[in-house]
Amino acid sequence: MSDSLTAPTAVPAGPRGRSLFEPHRLFLMAIFAGLVFCIVWFMRWDWLPQYGTKLVYGVIETLIMLFATAIVGFLLAVPIGLVQVTGPKPLSWLALTFCTIIRGTPLLLQLWMLYYGLGSLFAQYPEIRQSFLWPYLRQAWPYGFTALMISFAAYEGEVMRGAFKGVPRGELEAAAAYGMSPFKLFWRIWLPRAIHRALPTLNGETVLQLKATPLIATITIVDVYGVISRVRQDTYLTYEPLLLLALIYLCLTGLLIYGFRLLENRIPTRGA
Amino acid sequence: MLVGFIQSLKLAFGGYGLGLLIGIGGACGKLYGGPILRDLMEIYTTLIRAIPELVLMLLLYYAGTDALSQLLALAGYGSVDINALTAGIFVIGVVQGAYATEVFRGAIKAVPAGQIEAGRAYGMSPMKVLTRVTLPAMLPYALPGLANLWMVATKDTALLAVIGFSELTLVTRQAAGSTKAYMLFFLAAGAIYLAWTLVSSLVIRFIEKRATRGLVRTA
Repeated sequence: MSDSLTAPTAVPAGPRGRSLFEPHRLFLMAIFAGLVFCIVWFMRWDWLPQYGTKLVYGVIETLIMLFATAIVGFLLAVPIGLVQVTGPKPLSWLALTFCTIIRGTPLLLQLWMLYYGLGSLFAQYPEIRQSFLWPYLRQAWPYGFTALMISFAAYEGEVMRGAFKGVPRGELEAAAAYGMSPFKLFWRIWLPRAIHRALPTLNGETVLQLKATPLIATITIVDVYGVISRVRQDTYLTYEPLLLLALIYLCLTGLLIYGFRLLENRIPTRGA
Repeated sequence: MLVGFIQSLKLAFGGYGLGLLIGIGGACGKLYGGPILRDLMEIYTTLIRAIPELVLMLLLYYAGTDALSQLLALAGYGSVDINALTAGIFVIGVVQGAYATEVFRGAIKAVPAGQIEAGRAYGMSPMKVLTRVTLPAMLPYALPGLANLWMVATKDTALLAVIGFSELTLVTRQAAGSTKAYMLFFLAAGAIYLAWTLVSSLVIRFIEKRATRGLVRTA
Protein backbone atom coordinates (compact mmCIF):
# COMPACT_ATOMS: atom_id res chain seq x y z
CA MET A 1 0.00 0.00 0.00
CA SER A 2 2.82 2.29 0.84
CA ASP A 3 3.88 2.94 -2.70
CA SER A 4 0.80 5.06 -3.08
CA LEU A 5 1.41 6.98 0.09
CA THR A 6 3.08 9.88 -1.66
CA ALA A 7 -0.09 10.79 -3.50
CA PRO A 8 -1.98 12.51 -0.66
CA THR A 9 1.00 14.65 0.25
CA ALA A 10 0.92 16.08 -3.24
CA VAL A 11 -2.43 17.68 -2.50
CA PRO A 12 -2.31 20.59 -0.08
CA ALA A 13 -3.39 18.37 2.78
CA GLY A 14 -5.56 19.60 5.57
CA PRO A 15 -8.23 22.23 5.53
CA ARG A 16 -5.92 24.72 7.17
CA GLY A 17 -4.08 25.17 3.90
CA ARG A 18 -0.67 25.25 5.46
CA SER A 19 2.45 25.05 3.39
CA LEU A 20 3.50 21.76 1.89
CA PHE A 21 7.13 22.33 2.76
CA GLU A 22 7.13 22.39 6.51
CA PRO A 23 10.05 20.48 7.98
CA HIS A 24 8.03 17.53 9.29
CA ARG A 25 6.26 17.14 5.96
CA LEU A 26 9.56 17.07 4.12
CA PHE A 27 10.69 14.43 6.56
CA LEU A 28 7.52 12.35 6.03
CA MET A 29 7.90 12.68 2.28
CA ALA A 30 11.46 11.46 2.53
CA ILE A 31 10.29 8.42 4.50
CA PHE A 32 7.62 7.65 1.93
CA ALA A 33 10.04 8.10 -0.94
CA GLY A 34 12.30 5.62 0.82
CA LEU A 35 9.40 3.19 1.22
CA VAL A 36 8.46 3.50 -2.43
CA PHE A 37 12.06 2.95 -3.40
CA CYS A 38 12.23 -0.18 -1.22
CA ILE A 39 9.03 -1.49 -2.76
CA VAL A 40 10.22 -0.88 -6.29
CA TRP A 41 13.69 -2.21 -5.60
CA PHE A 42 13.16 -5.21 -3.38
CA MET A 43 9.88 -6.62 -4.63
CA ARG A 44 9.37 -8.48 -7.83
CA TRP A 45 7.96 -6.45 -10.68
CA ASP A 46 9.24 -8.52 -13.61
CA TRP A 47 5.72 -9.72 -14.40
CA LEU A 48 4.64 -6.20 -15.24
CA PRO A 49 5.64 -5.98 -18.95
CA GLN A 50 4.05 -9.33 -19.66
CA TYR A 51 0.65 -8.26 -18.34
CA GLY A 52 0.84 -4.58 -19.32
CA THR A 53 -1.62 -4.64 -22.22
CA LYS A 54 -4.05 -6.83 -20.30
CA LEU A 55 -3.96 -4.35 -17.43
CA VAL A 56 -4.78 -1.49 -19.78
CA TYR A 57 -7.73 -3.44 -21.19
CA GLY A 58 -8.83 -4.20 -17.65
CA VAL A 59 -8.79 -0.53 -16.71
CA ILE A 60 -10.79 0.29 -19.84
CA GLU A 61 -13.31 -2.42 -18.99
CA THR A 62 -13.66 -1.03 -15.47
CA LEU A 63 -14.18 2.49 -16.77
CA ILE A 64 -16.73 1.37 -19.36
CA MET A 65 -18.64 -0.49 -16.65
CA LEU A 66 -18.47 2.50 -14.33
CA PHE A 67 -19.69 5.10 -16.81
CA ALA A 68 -22.29 2.93 -18.51
CA THR A 69 -23.88 1.89 -15.24
CA ALA A 70 -23.63 5.37 -13.76
CA ILE A 71 -25.27 7.05 -16.75
CA VAL A 72 -28.07 4.53 -17.22
CA GLY A 73 -28.53 4.27 -13.46
CA PHE A 74 -28.83 8.02 -13.18
CA LEU A 75 -31.42 8.13 -15.97
CA LEU A 76 -33.41 5.59 -13.97
CA ALA A 77 -32.85 7.47 -10.73
CA VAL A 78 -34.48 10.68 -11.96
CA PRO A 79 -37.97 9.16 -12.32
CA ILE A 80 -37.49 7.17 -9.12
CA GLY A 81 -36.71 10.32 -7.19
CA LEU A 82 -39.39 12.39 -8.92
CA VAL A 83 -42.11 9.84 -8.34
CA GLN A 84 -41.36 9.81 -4.63
CA VAL A 85 -41.79 13.57 -4.41
CA THR A 86 -44.82 14.22 -6.60
CA GLY A 87 -46.03 10.93 -8.02
CA PRO A 88 -49.28 9.14 -7.21
CA LYS A 89 -49.29 7.04 -4.05
CA PRO A 90 -48.90 3.55 -5.55
CA LEU A 91 -45.99 4.63 -7.74
CA SER A 92 -44.15 6.40 -4.95
CA TRP A 93 -44.77 3.43 -2.68
CA LEU A 94 -43.31 1.18 -5.36
CA ALA A 95 -40.22 3.35 -5.75
CA LEU A 96 -39.72 3.45 -1.99
CA THR A 97 -39.92 -0.34 -1.74
CA PHE A 98 -37.44 -0.71 -4.57
CA CYS A 99 -34.97 1.62 -2.88
CA THR A 100 -35.36 -0.06 0.51
CA ILE A 101 -34.84 -3.54 -0.85
CA ILE A 102 -31.81 -2.69 -2.96
CA ARG A 103 -30.21 -0.56 -0.27
CA GLY A 104 -30.92 -3.15 2.40
CA THR A 105 -29.07 -6.05 0.82
CA PRO A 106 -25.38 -6.37 -0.09
CA LEU A 107 -24.46 -5.72 -3.70
CA LEU A 108 -22.49 -8.95 -3.86
CA LEU A 109 -25.60 -10.92 -2.98
CA GLN A 110 -27.63 -9.12 -5.67
CA LEU A 111 -24.91 -9.77 -8.20
CA TRP A 112 -24.69 -13.46 -7.41
CA MET A 113 -28.46 -13.74 -7.35
CA LEU A 114 -28.72 -12.29 -10.85
CA TYR A 115 -25.83 -14.26 -12.27
CA TYR A 116 -26.29 -17.64 -10.65
CA GLY A 117 -30.00 -17.42 -9.86
CA LEU A 118 -31.47 -15.77 -12.92
CA GLY A 119 -28.84 -17.29 -15.16
CA SER A 120 -29.81 -20.80 -14.15
CA LEU A 121 -33.49 -19.88 -14.39
CA PHE A 122 -33.11 -18.61 -17.95
CA ALA A 123 -31.32 -21.75 -19.00
CA GLN A 124 -34.34 -23.85 -18.11
CA TYR A 125 -36.62 -22.33 -20.72
CA PRO A 126 -36.05 -23.43 -24.31
CA GLU A 127 -37.92 -20.34 -25.57
CA ILE A 128 -35.22 -18.15 -24.11
CA ARG A 129 -32.44 -20.43 -25.21
CA GLN A 130 -33.59 -20.21 -28.81
CA SER A 131 -34.26 -16.48 -28.83
CA PHE A 132 -31.81 -14.01 -30.35
CA LEU A 133 -30.96 -12.76 -26.86
CA TRP A 134 -29.40 -16.00 -25.73
CA PRO A 135 -25.85 -15.35 -27.00
CA TYR A 136 -25.83 -12.26 -24.80
CA LEU A 137 -27.51 -13.88 -21.83
CA ARG A 138 -24.86 -16.57 -21.77
CA GLN A 139 -22.18 -14.01 -21.07
CA ALA A 140 -21.51 -12.49 -17.71
CA TRP A 141 -21.53 -8.78 -18.49
CA PRO A 142 -25.30 -8.26 -18.84
CA TYR A 143 -25.74 -9.52 -15.29
CA GLY A 144 -22.90 -7.41 -13.93
CA PHE A 145 -24.20 -4.38 -15.77
CA THR A 146 -27.75 -4.90 -14.53
CA ALA A 147 -26.73 -5.42 -10.91
CA LEU A 148 -24.49 -2.36 -10.81
CA MET A 149 -27.03 -0.24 -12.64
CA ILE A 150 -29.89 -1.21 -10.35
CA SER A 151 -27.89 -0.51 -7.24
CA PHE A 152 -26.70 2.85 -8.56
CA ALA A 153 -30.28 3.74 -9.52
CA ALA A 154 -31.54 2.92 -6.03
CA TYR A 155 -28.90 4.95 -4.19
CA GLU A 156 -29.20 7.82 -6.64
CA GLY A 157 -32.98 7.66 -6.40
CA GLU A 158 -32.69 8.58 -2.72
CA VAL A 159 -30.26 11.39 -3.52
CA MET A 160 -32.48 12.77 -6.26
CA ARG A 161 -35.53 12.58 -4.00
CA GLY A 162 -33.79 14.85 -1.55
CA ALA A 163 -32.58 17.13 -4.33
CA PHE A 164 -36.03 17.49 -5.92
CA LYS A 165 -37.49 18.22 -2.53
CA GLY A 166 -34.83 20.80 -1.79
CA VAL A 167 -35.53 23.03 -4.77
CA PRO A 168 -37.19 26.16 -3.34
CA ARG A 169 -40.93 26.24 -3.94
CA GLY A 170 -40.77 29.87 -5.01
CA GLU A 171 -38.71 29.05 -8.07
CA LEU A 172 -41.21 26.42 -9.21
CA GLU A 173 -44.11 28.76 -8.56
CA ALA A 174 -42.38 31.52 -10.48
CA ALA A 175 -41.92 29.19 -13.42
CA ALA A 176 -45.58 28.16 -13.26
CA ALA A 177 -46.56 31.83 -13.10
CA TYR A 178 -44.63 32.43 -16.32
CA GLY A 179 -47.01 29.99 -17.92
CA MET A 180 -44.54 27.16 -18.41
CA SER A 181 -46.13 23.80 -19.06
CA PRO A 182 -45.40 21.22 -16.35
CA PHE A 183 -43.04 19.41 -18.69
CA LYS A 184 -41.11 22.55 -19.55
CA LEU A 185 -41.00 23.53 -15.90
CA PHE A 186 -39.45 20.21 -15.05
CA TRP A 187 -36.99 20.34 -17.91
CA ARG A 188 -35.92 23.96 -17.55
CA ILE A 189 -36.10 24.61 -13.82
CA TRP A 190 -36.68 21.65 -11.59
CA LEU A 191 -34.25 19.11 -13.02
CA PRO A 192 -31.26 21.44 -13.56
CA ARG A 193 -31.65 22.94 -10.10
CA ALA A 194 -31.95 19.51 -8.51
CA ILE A 195 -28.89 18.16 -10.34
CA HIS A 196 -26.96 21.24 -9.32
CA ARG A 197 -27.86 20.68 -5.70
CA ALA A 198 -27.06 16.98 -5.87
CA LEU A 199 -23.74 17.32 -7.67
CA PRO A 200 -21.43 16.99 -4.63
CA THR A 201 -23.36 13.92 -3.48
CA LEU A 202 -23.31 12.50 -6.99
CA ASN A 203 -19.55 12.86 -6.93
CA GLY A 204 -19.31 10.75 -3.79
CA GLU A 205 -21.75 8.19 -5.12
CA THR A 206 -19.79 7.80 -8.36
CA VAL A 207 -16.62 7.15 -6.38
CA LEU A 208 -18.56 4.54 -4.39
CA GLN A 209 -19.70 3.02 -7.67
CA LEU A 210 -16.08 2.86 -8.85
CA LYS A 211 -15.26 1.02 -5.66
CA ALA A 212 -18.12 -1.39 -6.29
CA THR A 213 -16.93 -2.37 -9.78
CA PRO A 214 -14.30 -4.93 -8.68
CA LEU A 215 -17.18 -7.09 -7.44
CA ILE A 216 -18.09 -7.98 -11.02
CA ALA A 217 -14.80 -9.83 -11.26
CA THR A 218 -16.37 -12.50 -9.03
CA ILE A 219 -18.73 -13.40 -11.87
CA THR A 220 -15.88 -13.86 -14.35
CA ILE A 221 -15.86 -10.42 -15.97
CA VAL A 222 -12.26 -9.46 -16.62
CA ASP A 223 -11.90 -5.95 -15.29
CA VAL A 224 -8.70 -4.59 -13.79
CA TYR A 225 -9.31 -6.49 -10.57
CA GLY A 226 -9.83 -9.67 -12.58
CA VAL A 227 -6.54 -9.16 -14.39
CA ILE A 228 -4.73 -8.65 -11.11
CA SER A 229 -6.14 -11.78 -9.56
CA ARG A 230 -5.10 -13.63 -12.71
CA VAL A 231 -1.57 -12.32 -12.17
CA ARG A 232 -1.65 -13.43 -8.57
CA GLN A 233 -2.67 -16.93 -9.54
CA ASP A 234 -0.04 -17.17 -12.25
CA THR A 235 2.91 -15.79 -10.36
CA TYR A 236 2.09 -16.77 -6.76
CA LEU A 237 2.85 -13.22 -5.66
CA THR A 238 0.70 -11.89 -2.82
CA TYR A 239 1.45 -8.23 -2.32
CA GLU A 240 2.91 -6.71 -5.45
CA PRO A 241 -0.15 -7.02 -7.73
CA LEU A 242 -2.44 -5.84 -4.94
CA LEU A 243 -0.25 -2.80 -4.30
CA LEU A 244 -0.36 -1.94 -7.98
CA LEU A 245 -4.13 -2.40 -7.98
CA ALA A 246 -4.50 -0.07 -5.01
CA LEU A 247 -2.40 2.52 -6.83
CA ILE A 248 -4.52 2.22 -9.97
CA TYR A 249 -7.74 2.72 -8.05
CA LEU A 250 -6.22 5.63 -6.16
CA CYS A 251 -5.43 7.34 -9.46
CA LEU A 252 -8.90 6.62 -10.87
CA THR A 253 -10.57 8.04 -7.77
CA GLY A 254 -8.39 11.13 -7.93
CA LEU A 255 -9.27 11.66 -11.60
CA LEU A 256 -12.99 11.24 -10.91
CA ILE A 257 -12.97 13.76 -8.09
CA TYR A 258 -10.97 16.19 -10.23
CA GLY A 259 -13.40 15.81 -13.12
CA PHE A 260 -16.42 16.43 -10.94
CA ARG A 261 -14.77 19.48 -9.44
CA LEU A 262 -14.28 20.91 -12.93
CA LEU A 263 -17.95 20.26 -13.62
CA GLU A 264 -18.99 21.91 -10.37
CA ASN A 265 -16.87 24.97 -11.08
CA ARG A 266 -18.50 25.42 -14.48
CA ILE A 267 -21.87 26.06 -12.91
CA PRO A 268 -22.02 29.64 -11.72
CA THR A 269 -23.27 30.11 -8.19
CA ARG A 270 -23.94 33.25 -6.31
CA GLY A 271 -20.99 33.37 -3.99
CA ALA A 272 -21.64 34.00 -0.35
CA MET B 1 -27.28 -20.54 6.81
CA LEU B 2 -28.15 -19.51 10.34
CA VAL B 3 -24.59 -20.20 11.39
CA GLY B 4 -23.42 -18.07 8.50
CA PHE B 5 -25.79 -15.30 9.54
CA ILE B 6 -24.48 -15.40 13.10
CA GLN B 7 -20.93 -15.21 11.76
CA SER B 8 -21.98 -12.19 9.69
CA LEU B 9 -23.46 -10.54 12.76
CA LYS B 10 -20.32 -11.19 14.80
CA LEU B 11 -18.26 -9.66 12.04
CA ALA B 12 -20.51 -6.64 11.76
CA PHE B 13 -20.62 -5.98 15.50
CA GLY B 14 -16.92 -6.58 16.04
CA GLY B 15 -15.82 -4.59 13.03
CA TYR B 16 -18.18 -1.75 13.82
CA GLY B 17 -17.04 -1.59 17.45
CA LEU B 18 -13.40 -1.54 16.44
CA GLY B 19 -14.20 1.05 13.78
CA LEU B 20 -15.85 3.29 16.37
CA LEU B 21 -12.82 3.09 18.65
CA ILE B 22 -10.47 3.90 15.78
CA GLY B 23 -12.84 6.64 14.69
CA ILE B 24 -12.88 8.36 18.09
CA GLY B 25 -9.11 8.08 18.38
CA GLY B 26 -8.61 9.25 14.82
CA ALA B 27 -10.93 12.22 15.18
CA CYS B 28 -9.19 13.33 18.37
CA GLY B 29 -5.85 12.88 16.64
CA LYS B 30 -6.99 14.95 13.69
CA LEU B 31 -8.42 17.73 15.82
CA TYR B 32 -6.06 17.94 18.74
CA GLY B 33 -2.94 16.05 17.67
CA GLY B 34 0.39 17.44 16.61
CA PRO B 35 1.17 18.22 12.98
CA ILE B 36 2.75 14.85 12.23
CA LEU B 37 -0.15 12.89 13.72
CA ARG B 38 -2.58 15.06 11.78
CA ASP B 39 -0.84 14.39 8.49
CA LEU B 40 -0.67 10.66 9.16
CA MET B 41 -4.38 10.59 9.97
CA GLU B 42 -5.16 12.53 6.82
CA ILE B 43 -3.21 10.00 4.79
CA TYR B 44 -4.96 7.09 6.50
CA THR B 45 -8.46 8.36 5.85
CA THR B 46 -7.71 9.47 2.29
CA LEU B 47 -6.15 6.16 1.35
CA ILE B 48 -8.80 3.97 2.89
CA ARG B 49 -11.61 5.96 1.35
CA ALA B 50 -10.08 6.02 -2.11
CA ILE B 51 -9.38 2.31 -2.54
CA PRO B 52 -12.19 -0.23 -3.06
CA GLU B 53 -13.14 -2.16 0.06
CA LEU B 54 -12.57 -5.44 -1.72
CA VAL B 55 -8.96 -4.62 -2.58
CA LEU B 56 -8.34 -3.27 0.91
CA MET B 57 -9.74 -6.39 2.44
CA LEU B 58 -7.48 -8.61 0.39
CA LEU B 59 -4.45 -6.48 1.23
CA LEU B 60 -5.21 -6.14 4.92
CA TYR B 61 -6.29 -9.75 5.25
CA TYR B 62 -3.01 -11.07 3.93
CA ALA B 63 -0.73 -8.32 5.17
CA GLY B 64 -2.43 -8.14 8.56
CA THR B 65 -2.31 -11.83 9.32
CA ASP B 66 1.21 -12.04 7.93
CA ALA B 67 2.51 -9.17 10.01
CA LEU B 68 0.82 -10.39 13.15
CA SER B 69 2.15 -13.92 12.90
CA GLN B 70 5.65 -12.63 12.18
CA LEU B 71 5.40 -10.28 15.13
CA LEU B 72 4.34 -13.12 17.37
CA ALA B 73 7.14 -15.25 16.00
CA LEU B 74 9.60 -12.48 16.81
CA ALA B 75 8.20 -12.25 20.31
CA GLY B 76 8.93 -15.92 20.70
CA TYR B 77 5.45 -17.36 20.61
CA GLY B 78 6.15 -19.42 17.54
CA SER B 79 3.89 -19.34 14.53
CA VAL B 80 0.29 -18.77 15.49
CA ASP B 81 -2.71 -19.33 13.31
CA ILE B 82 -4.91 -16.27 13.40
CA ASN B 83 -8.46 -17.38 13.03
CA ALA B 84 -10.47 -15.98 10.20
CA LEU B 85 -13.02 -14.24 12.39
CA THR B 86 -10.42 -12.08 14.15
CA ALA B 87 -8.81 -11.18 10.85
CA GLY B 88 -12.17 -10.32 9.36
CA ILE B 89 -13.11 -8.12 12.31
CA PHE B 90 -9.73 -6.41 12.05
CA VAL B 91 -10.19 -5.72 8.35
CA ILE B 92 -13.71 -4.34 8.68
CA GLY B 93 -12.65 -2.34 11.73
CA VAL B 94 -9.80 -0.62 9.90
CA VAL B 95 -12.00 0.23 6.93
CA GLN B 96 -14.84 1.47 9.11
CA GLY B 97 -12.39 3.40 11.26
CA ALA B 98 -11.48 5.70 8.39
CA TYR B 99 -15.09 6.58 7.67
CA ALA B 100 -15.92 6.87 11.37
CA THR B 101 -13.01 9.26 11.84
CA GLU B 102 -14.55 11.67 9.37
CA VAL B 103 -18.00 11.33 10.92
CA PHE B 104 -16.68 12.01 14.43
CA ARG B 105 -14.48 14.86 13.27
CA GLY B 106 -17.46 16.63 11.78
CA ALA B 107 -19.59 15.93 14.83
CA ILE B 108 -17.01 17.12 17.36
CA LYS B 109 -16.55 20.28 15.35
CA ALA B 110 -20.29 20.89 15.58
CA VAL B 111 -20.15 20.93 19.40
CA PRO B 112 -20.04 24.55 20.58
CA ALA B 113 -16.51 25.32 21.67
CA GLY B 114 -17.81 26.99 24.80
CA GLN B 115 -19.03 23.70 26.21
CA ILE B 116 -15.62 22.08 25.89
CA GLU B 117 -13.91 25.16 27.29
CA ALA B 118 -16.34 25.16 30.21
CA GLY B 119 -15.38 21.55 30.92
CA ARG B 120 -11.71 22.52 30.92
CA ALA B 121 -12.40 25.50 33.12
CA TYR B 122 -13.92 23.16 35.71
CA GLY B 123 -10.52 21.50 35.90
CA MET B 124 -11.50 18.26 34.19
CA SER B 125 -8.69 16.21 32.78
CA PRO B 126 -8.63 15.94 28.96
CA MET B 127 -9.86 12.35 29.15
CA LYS B 128 -12.73 13.37 31.38
CA VAL B 129 -13.67 16.25 29.09
CA LEU B 130 -13.79 13.76 26.26
CA THR B 131 -16.01 11.20 28.00
CA ARG B 132 -18.19 13.62 29.95
CA VAL B 133 -18.63 16.55 27.59
CA THR B 134 -17.41 16.07 24.04
CA LEU B 135 -18.67 12.57 23.30
CA PRO B 136 -22.18 12.97 24.75
CA ALA B 137 -22.58 16.41 23.21
CA MET B 138 -21.55 15.34 19.74
CA LEU B 139 -23.66 12.18 19.73
CA PRO B 140 -26.76 13.74 18.16
CA TYR B 141 -24.66 15.17 15.33
CA ALA B 142 -22.81 11.91 14.73
CA LEU B 143 -25.78 9.56 14.84
CA PRO B 144 -27.06 9.85 11.26
CA GLY B 145 -23.57 9.22 9.91
CA LEU B 146 -23.00 6.37 12.34
CA ALA B 147 -26.31 4.77 11.40
CA ASN B 148 -25.26 4.91 7.77
CA LEU B 149 -21.93 3.33 8.67
CA TRP B 150 -23.66 0.52 10.51
CA MET B 151 -25.60 -0.33 7.36
CA VAL B 152 -22.39 -0.23 5.36
CA ALA B 153 -20.70 -2.49 7.91
CA THR B 154 -23.50 -5.03 7.60
CA LYS B 155 -23.20 -5.03 3.86
CA ASP B 156 -19.41 -5.08 3.92
CA THR B 157 -19.44 -8.40 5.71
CA ALA B 158 -20.67 -9.90 2.46
CA LEU B 159 -17.39 -8.89 0.81
CA LEU B 160 -15.48 -11.27 3.04
CA ALA B 161 -17.16 -14.04 1.08
CA VAL B 162 -14.69 -13.29 -1.70
CA ILE B 163 -11.78 -13.93 0.65
CA GLY B 164 -13.31 -17.25 1.62
CA PHE B 165 -14.72 -16.47 5.01
CA SER B 166 -17.90 -18.48 5.37
CA GLU B 167 -20.48 -15.88 6.30
CA LEU B 168 -24.03 -15.63 5.07
CA THR B 169 -23.37 -14.84 1.42
CA LEU B 170 -20.76 -17.53 0.87
CA VAL B 171 -22.77 -20.15 2.75
CA THR B 172 -25.75 -19.26 0.60
CA ARG B 173 -23.76 -19.68 -2.57
CA GLN B 174 -22.40 -23.03 -1.47
CA ALA B 175 -25.85 -24.25 -0.47
CA ALA B 176 -27.30 -23.01 -3.74
CA GLY B 177 -24.52 -24.64 -5.71
CA SER B 178 -24.96 -28.03 -4.11
CA THR B 179 -28.76 -28.10 -4.32
CA LYS B 180 -29.11 -26.26 -7.66
CA ALA B 181 -31.94 -24.20 -6.15
CA TYR B 182 -30.14 -20.93 -6.76
CA MET B 183 -33.11 -18.58 -6.74
CA LEU B 184 -34.58 -19.94 -3.52
CA PHE B 185 -31.41 -19.66 -1.47
CA PHE B 186 -30.42 -16.23 -2.76
CA LEU B 187 -33.90 -14.86 -2.14
CA ALA B 188 -33.84 -16.27 1.39
CA ALA B 189 -30.46 -14.69 2.11
CA GLY B 190 -31.68 -11.41 0.70
CA ALA B 191 -34.71 -11.57 2.98
CA ILE B 192 -32.47 -12.19 5.99
CA TYR B 193 -30.25 -9.20 5.19
CA LEU B 194 -33.28 -7.04 4.54
CA ALA B 195 -34.95 -8.06 7.80
CA TRP B 196 -31.75 -7.30 9.65
CA THR B 197 -31.34 -3.84 8.16
CA LEU B 198 -35.01 -3.03 8.80
CA VAL B 199 -34.73 -4.12 12.44
CA SER B 200 -31.57 -2.11 12.93
CA SER B 201 -33.11 0.97 11.35
CA LEU B 202 -35.92 0.70 13.90
CA VAL B 203 -33.40 0.45 16.74
CA ILE B 204 -31.44 3.39 15.32
CA ARG B 205 -34.58 5.51 15.18
CA PHE B 206 -35.20 4.71 18.86
CA ILE B 207 -31.62 5.61 19.84
CA GLU B 208 -31.81 8.79 17.82
CA LYS B 209 -34.97 9.82 19.61
CA ARG B 210 -33.25 9.27 22.92
CA ALA B 211 -30.05 11.06 21.96
CA THR B 212 -31.76 14.12 20.58
CA ARG B 213 -34.06 14.59 23.57
CA GLY B 214 -33.65 18.05 24.97
CA LEU B 215 -32.51 19.48 21.64
CA VAL B 216 -34.57 22.17 19.99
CA ARG B 217 -36.24 20.72 16.96
CA THR B 218 -36.09 22.92 13.89
CA ALA B 219 -38.36 20.91 11.63
